[in-house]
Amino acid sequence: MDIDFHDITLSVNGTKYQRRIESRLLLSDFIRHDLALAGTHVGCEHGVCGACTILLDGQPVRSCLMLAVQANHHELSTVEGLADKAGEYHPLQQAMHEHHGLQCGYCTPGILMTITAFLDENSSPSEDEVREALSGNLCRCTGYQNIVDAVLAAADRMRG
Amino acid sequence: MSTRTFGEPIKRNEDHRLLTGQALFIDDLELPGMLHAAFLRSQVAHARILKIDVFKALQRPGVVAAYVAGDLGDYWQPGPILVPPPPIEGIIFHERTQVPLAKDKARHVGEPLVIVIAESRYIAEDALDDIDVELEQLAAVVDMEKGLGAGSALVHDDVGSNVSAYVRQTKGNYAAAAAKADRIIKRRFRYEHGISSPIETRGVVAQWDRRANQMTIWDTTQAPVFVRNGLAGMLGLNERQVRVIAPFVGGGFGPKIMMFYPEEVLLPWVSMKLNRPIKWIEDRHEHFFATTHERGQIHDAEMALSSDGRILGIKDVFLHDGGAFDPYGLTVPINSQCTLLGPYVVPAYDSTFTQVFTNLPTVTPYRGAGRQHGVFVMERLLDFAAHELNIDPTEIRRRNLIPPDAFPYNNEIIYQDFEVLEYDSGNYEPVLDIALDAIGYEAFRHEQALARQQGRHLGVGVACYVEGTGIGPYEGAKVQVQSNGKVSVATGIGTQGQGHFTVFAQIAADQLGVAVTDVDVVTGDTDQFYWGAGTFASRGAVVAGNAVNEAAKVVRNKALKLASDLFECSEADLVIEDGKVSIVGIPQKFVKLGDLANQANPMRGAVEPGTEPGLESTRYFGPKMGATANGVHAIIIEMDPKTFELKILKYVVVHDCGTVINPMILAGQIHGGVAQGIGNAFYEKLVFDDQGQLLNASLADYLLPTALDVPRMELAHTVTKSPLNPMGIKGAGEAGAIPGGPLFAQAIEDALDLKRRSVELLETPLSPSRLFELTRNART
Ligand code: FES
Ligand code: FES
Repeated sequence: MDIDFHDITLSVNGTKYQRRIESRLLLSDFIRHDLALAGTHVGCEHGVCGACTILLDGQPVRSCLMLAVQANHHELSTVEGLADKAGEYHPLQQAMHEHHGLQCGYCTPGILMTITAFLDENSSPSEDEVREALSGNLCRCTGYQNIVDAVLAAADRMRG
Repeated sequence: MSTRTFGEPIKRNEDHRLLTGQALFIDDLELPGMLHAAFLRSQVAHARILKIDVFKALQRPGVVAAYVAGDLGDYWQPGPILVPPPPIEGIIFHERTQVPLAKDKARHVGEPLVIVIAESRYIAEDALDDIDVELEQLAAVVDMEKGLGAGSALVHDDVGSNVSAYVRQTKGNYAAAAAKADRIIKRRFRYEHGISSPIETRGVVAQWDRRANQMTIWDTTQAPVFVRNGLAGMLGLNERQVRVIAPFVGGGFGPKIMMFYPEEVLLPWVSMKLNRPIKWIEDRHEHFFATTHERGQIHDAEMALSSDGRILGIKDVFLHDGGAFDPYGLTVPINSQCTLLGPYVVPAYDSTFTQVFTNLPTVTPYRGAGRQHGVFVMERLLDFAAHELNIDPTEIRRRNLIPPDAFPYNNEIIYQDFEVLEYDSGNYEPVLDIALDAIGYEAFRHEQALARQQGRHLGVGVACYVEGTGIGPYEGAKVQVQSNGKVSVATGIGTQGQGHFTVFAQIAADQLGVAVTDVDVVTGDTDQFYWGAGTFASRGAVVAGNAVNEAAKVVRNKALKLASDLFECSEADLVIEDGKVSIVGIPQKFVKLGDLANQANPMRGAVEPGTEPGLESTRYFGPKMGATANGVHAIIIEMDPKTFELKILKYVVVHDCGTVINPMILAGQIHGGVAQGIGNAFYEKLVFDDQGQLLNASLADYLLPTALDVPRMELAHTVTKSPLNPMGIKGAGEAGAIPGGPLFAQAIEDALDLKRRSVELLETPLSPSRLFELTRNART
């Protein structure tokens, strides 16, 4: 197979990157291994588990279902950019900690990215809406209850 | 002590790294010069290997090496037996363990044939397509009963049959019990458990450092110490030359304790050959074949009862699908055999099982580890007995519970830890009462009738179980006060999300009067703590937790002794809190723990004979036998009688696991277990065709419960301390997952009125399509 390369420019968490990459490189592999932002996890590489969720121009996407070239000229956000510059937790991170919304923590980055985007759209969700929003992210450890509670608490706090 | 944290819902120390994307998981490792491995795996379940040619693969740019079984020379050996068969009279056991690469025959889909090493994973996977393989396909053993029949193909030709093991255990005299019974309930049950499916798959990174003569292996294992010892032996190295690190592991639930997986054996060997670090990360598709499963059992069981519903005896004959190899011995079927007895008085028991070799991936424990299968049989038998004897199903359970004054209660058969199955302590009836109260059992029949008038089908289920936990042999811990005053705790077990960084910190913090956040826990690094067994059988908190407690006590006494010398006062006049030791009533007269740690390691001057330097201690703890936890789950469901769509309206768990270290973390363990129990009861089934091909090997087809499927749970606890360890704790890791099968079966029968319609639910899982099949010809 002929390998063809592309030059791409994109920003992740506000930092600009320029790289030459193979066309077939998955966006998830690019973020994790080329950019060394390993907080984005990979659980299935077939778009089901949600662990690899990042934001592309503010919208949650599964980075295992995209090629890195497709992210050319886009703005990405990953879990590493969630806390503020001073290292203060995002309210959702804080609530996940307080409500024990993570055990092994492997699914957590994907859930944080999915739900921060969700809370931007819906600032006072019902429990059912939270469960609906979470339903594309698999967690094998927590049984979801504490995550649901954390999301509701974070929404509450973000409304002030 | 000022602020006791033991028993409090302390927030977790490990969260920060995990929430900010800074925790190191195995695939996050990037080492200079690292190569990547990919495996060519058998596409068929059973075949003779005629030819494997890797020549073309080696020509591909970026490919560094490719090895087949023959290339391994003497390193090619079947794996060790992990758990030898227990000392039970008359036992038959044929040990056939997995091999690094299949040589003569492939025995299940996914068994590795070739390992390819390349500069990137992409190239390594490309090269798999270049390999030429010729196989002569053989008939596959998939169905256990057919596999035992005459003329069946053989998974291991030299065994002469597909019997992996045969075990009979008895207590009392079942035949005599049956002869005087008023009623015998006899059924055939099929119980399927699935694949643990942690969201992180497995992975291994091996780095041989030729100059240092040192091998470092990062492994998603639940048992790093055993991996080190085993690999050192295989590689011809001293144990000291091998360091195994289990980094943050994204869930385990059992299969990550299996060893040695072929990948664990091969990567270090190749790394030594090539003198380069090598990484292999399992992909999700591989996980369905390359990681062990749990699967099915078929039970022919009967229960003898008196007319008032007392159990006189139980007889059970069952088949257990062990898969292609049996490295884990008999742990799973022995758990089924033992856990079947549950919280009940069973005067006579006659239980026989045959573990069957099949051409399917190997079966090893997955959360519950066979306990589910046994609980299903017992709980279902009681349901049918209650119905036939016209006794309420909860009442028949109550009548048979072991009374509180009967502990320790000896069940007279041998458990997975090779000890006689003896329940250490328990008080079962209050657990049932609290559960019935919480689910609203009394009022439910009325609600059910009202709902039925509106065309809604509600049903209730109540199931009881015990869980053998916290088995030996032992764990250890090293507790050390650092000169900055922080405390370090190291243990040998691995951790996969159970909150060990917090619960062990709580234990040490309380002994040493420091904040939980000032205790830094290290787990799963064999260079930090040398000995240990691993995280399995709900034993981490019990066994390692008690070791931490013992070590911390010694350190506390050392600190008090040093301070009493310093202040020339009696130890009884000292308090240890807020990171200092001070004189009672004179808080300004104090010394910091960190300073004491420095003084315990003096630069000059003579230390007293018999004094060990450092403010530290290493202690080991080994319980005589496992501690038995118990619980009751209760649910109310609603089911659509046409689509079989399930709604769980209420889910109650009442549980007794002795002293609770951290109720928040305990609740999390139960929640997660229940979610897996729901998956097991309703969704998760590995479906094979008669060729041994897995038909649903993706997360799109093998459905894990989502946030929409797992309900809010109500939890309650009672506390009956274990007498087997000083802290009185019992394990809890598996409790949530155990009784889901019978609970759902009971509730669905109730909701759909299946008793009246003469349909009995004798199997798990009960997916909507399966329920449709089971009820389509029933009366309405
Ligand atoms: S890894 Fe992308 S959805 Fe699972
Ligand atoms: S916390 Fe382990 S998968 Fe969600």
